[in-house]
Amino acid sequence: MKPGTRLKSVADDTEVMVIRTGGGTIECGGSPMAEEKPADLAPLAADFSAGTLMGKRYVDADGQYELLCVKPGKGSLSVDGVALVIKDAKPLPASD
Amino acid sequence: MNISLLLEMAAEAAPDRVGLVCDGKRWTYAELLAAARGAYELIEQSGAQYVALLDESSEAAVIALFGAALAGVPYCPLNYRLADADLAALLDRIAPALVVGDEERVTRIAGDQGHTVLSREEFTLKAQETVPGDDRVYDMGEGIAVQLFTSGTTGTPKAAILRHSNLLGYILGTVEFASAEEDDAAIMVVPPYHIAGISAIMSSVYSNRRIVMLPAFSPEGWLKLVDAEKATNAFVVPTMLGRIIAAMETTPADVSSLRAISYGGGKMPLEVISKALALFPNTGFTNAYGLTETSSTIALLGPDDHRAALASDDPKVRARLTSLGQALPTVEIVIRDEDGNILPPGEAGEIYVRGDQVSGEYKEKSALVEGGWFPTRDAGYIDEDGYIFLSGRADDVIVRGGENMSPGEIEDVLLTHAAIADACACAVPSVEWGEAVGIAVVVREGHGAPGEDELKELIRGRLRSSRVPDKIAFVAELPYNEMGKLLRREVKKILAD
Repeated sequence: MKPGTRLKSVADDTEVMVIRTGGGTIECGGSPMAEEKPADLAPLAADFSAGTLMGKRYVDADGQYELLCVKPGKGSLSVDGVALVIKDAKPLPASD
Repeated sequence: MNISLLLEMAAEAAPDRVGLVCDGKRWTYAELLAAARGAYELIEQSGAQYVALLDESSEAAVIALFGAALAGVPYCPLNYRLADADLAALLDRIAPALVVGDEERVTRIAGDQGHTVLSREEFTLKAQETVPGDDRVYDMGEGIAVQLFTSGTTGTPKAAILRHSNLLGYILGTVEFASAEEDDAAIMVVPPYHIAGISAIMSSVYSNRRIVMLPAFSPEGWLKLVDAEKATNAFVVPTMLGRIIAAMETTPADVSSLRAISYGGGKMPLEVISKALALFPNTGFTNAYGLTETSSTIALLGPDDHRAALASDDPKVRARLTSLGQALPTVEIVIRDEDGNILPPGEAGEIYVRGDQVSGEYKEKSALVEGGWFPTRDAGYIDEDGYIFLSGRADDVIVRGGENMSPGEIEDVLLTHAAIADACACAVPSVEWGEAVGIAVVVREGHGAPGEDELKELIRGRLRSSRVPDKIAFVAELPYNEMGKLLRREVKKILAD
């Protein structure tokens, strides 16, 4: 999968843009994300329903994966069943 | 990835928020996105390979930037200050283009190059009225987002290219999405053909901060617009800040809304920034250092650094007021010698940078070296705490009898003299040494000109004797370009006479 690919959750409204990725399965709401949204939504897994925030970047512990949330939803992001976390960025002063 | 994402996200999160004010007209993010999509259709219909802008800043710059991105065509703003022949040569290099702006001029100087030309008003109106066809597909952004011609002071202008991945790397790495308050407004005065003009559009849109455009800079106009729009942020080049400070004495304006002023694009005189800190006691100042080839800012001296330097008795901390600050967390910066070896803190050499935002690429060839490093051609050093100090362009180094000397160290010493307002050191031909030091100085108003021997003694007392100038010129002012860059080659001409 190339950086820049847009993925949609099949369980909620979440959409992400892939910034960095390894070979694993990117999921939202407990189900693998897809480039096209299915007609019928999959059920939202209780363990992956903390929600996504627009404009936040989500990363794994090893720094292999980075996803930008471009549309928020009720599901939460994971790779191969391991939850991703919001990337902590120190705010910078505006420079332009 | 495609930079159009920035506008799409702003329009999704805050469709009705005003994103741009220009000439009294207000544009919401939803309106800007609709116009960018209309522009995409106009670009597709024209068959253009580039979208060029030959105009001052206006809403057309924003619409053309994102419209070109959606169409997968490079956006290429041109310097309208160029002479006809130089401009025609650049237009020829991007033909066939959709050119927005000075219709009469393009037709006159490049009428046979196959361009489609629209005035600012025509382009804006058509972009608003046009809706993309059902079968159109927006670009995925694998390619070039922006092409900027370098100023070409050393020869034919080079076409620097910035890919979507470079620009998005910069914005996503430095700007928090939707972080601006509803009342935040950034006043924008840099010309659209400068990298700072492009990064300002993208940062403001992504943070959902309203852009207030001032198409042609005047210090009075700037002060009045800050007051009228209650601007909270501004970017200026050093010469502009100097003129704004001078105009504050005669132009009544309430500038208390300004929370942040950032500056860059040339060396900031210590005197100007010190005065500015006193005149804007509640404003945070940020020095931003960057290049076209690095998608804008790569190092910052932030507001706390400014105040700490000003308040400190420690000469090392005070000196930071003239530094570029520290590298962004998203890039790496090192200093290398001529053989490419990385130098320890305090040693001067050439500044190298790498990171996602660094393109270092020209249409003709990439300037990146092994490991993805970009040699900036700027000379400087980094202190033990990571503060970067610029000493000039690598090409400006004076080589006297095999000894390399940076103009910056000589200038810094000259500027400590109470009667010297501005100073430039550069190489002058020397029969004995190949090159020697020449200096041009501007005497401060109300002071008598110091004697040549006095200046020589000043330098001999602080630096090695090889730095003592062979030639000294007293001038009314030093030549700067409109972005505040000191034109050293012009100074060389003065010293040659």
